[in-house]
Amino acid sequence: MSETNQEFEPRIVAFVCNWCTYAGADLAGTSRLKYATNVKIVRFPCTGRIDFMLLLKAFEEGADGIIVSGCHPNDCHYTSGNFHARRRWTVFRGLLDFMGIDVRRIHFTWVSAAEGAKWADIVNETVADIRALGPYDEYKSIASNFEKEAAK
Amino acid sequence: MSKLSEKAAALLSEGTVGLVIGYEQGTHGTRPKFCRKAEDAATLILNDKCLNNIGGYLTKPELIGSGKVAVTATLAVMRTVVQLTAEHQLTDGNVIVLALDGDEVLQMASIDEIKKWLAAHPEDLSDENKALLSKLKALSREERWNFWINEMNKCIKCYACRASCPLCYCNRCIVEVNCPQWIKPWAAPLSNMEWQINRVMHMAGRCVGCGACDRACPVHIPLRLLTISMAGDIKEAFGVASGTGNIDGNVLSSFKPDDKENFIH
Repeated sequence: MSETNQEFEPRIVAFVCNWCTYAGADLAGTSRLKYATNVKIVRFPCTGRIDFMLLLKAFEEGADGIIVSGCHPNDCHYTSGNFHARRRWTVFRGLLDFMGIDVRRIHFTWVSAAEGAKWADIVNETVADIRALGPYDEYKSIASNFEKEAAK
Repeated sequence: MSKLSEKAAALLSEGTVGLVIGYEQGTHGTRPKFCRKAEDAATLILNDKCLNNIGGYLTKPELIGSGKVAVTATLAVMRTVVQLTAEHQLTDGNVIVLALDGDEVLQMASIDEIKKWLAAHPEDLSDENKALLSKLKALSREERWNFWINEMNKCIKCYACRASCPLCYCNRCIVEVNCPQWIKPWAAPLSNMEWQINRVMHMAGRCVGCGACDRACPVHIPLRLLTISMAGDIKEAFGVASGTGNIDGNVLSSFKPDDKENFIH
């Protein structure tokens, strides 16, 4: 199938915590909710475990958008992992924006184990947003820079 | 002999300290001077040309040993001592700070004294840095991206920014970890940018704003702007001033339940 006549299908990577959002996504599935299939879910023990480098690596490997999701504040399985993560993302987001990386492509959200419908909505919204923004060619062009130079 | 040299020589001959770290005149500007004997202290100087942050030497055990040490301090060095002590890299009371108040030599032995002095002598950004920072913030995102990618293109991955930074004291740096290899070791725009993002993120709330990274950079990337911008974000979001030896814990290893989260939906 050629992609030329088709709508752009964004590639989304979701970094989610095991205890809330992963269970929420599971609930969306068992509730037979339909949502966009563009998302690849990566399960982590906690949002506190989601290293900021993972987000950069996702962009490097061709993601057009990223979802980061975990337990609502005060609901963390490990008490404070999401509080620490929240601070980290505040700082990280500011730095990325200052460096000119498109922070609109990273969606941060809290989805509990009971919010299957919210998860489906988040994915659909993210896919629609990223579809409007288009592929993240800016980042991909520098990601393959070394290979291009090596091929010269 | 200057009063500073006399003081340093006295500390050494009394045996109060085993080492005085300071500056002396070199062939190209000032350079660090390590005094272990009283006569070494004769050439010590301290003026506004002393720009290297010699506070970084304080975390090198092979240099310092286990005894007390004195350091002739600019404001940046004092901030470094305060921050390193808060991070338990230095023991309060083990470092004697020698500063100049006009012609008089001040001897500060405790963090509280240094903090008091720093509070009375705030240091502002240079006009040049302020202008560049506000220019960058006023640009569109795409323009900022182009600016930084162009800058990152110049980077030769010499890690002078890391070597010069007094707060970069990990025994094993992430760029030397190769399993997994987070950051590719060669110099290319992406890995250069990833390295800088890592370096700056690890400085969150800790950077003392001495500008050593900036001055050390052989290709003149305005590295300082990254940490300055981040310190501004941190101040705005958490009300914490960067690199002031916050004893409640570092910004990223502490939290408040009511931290704002206007970007999380």
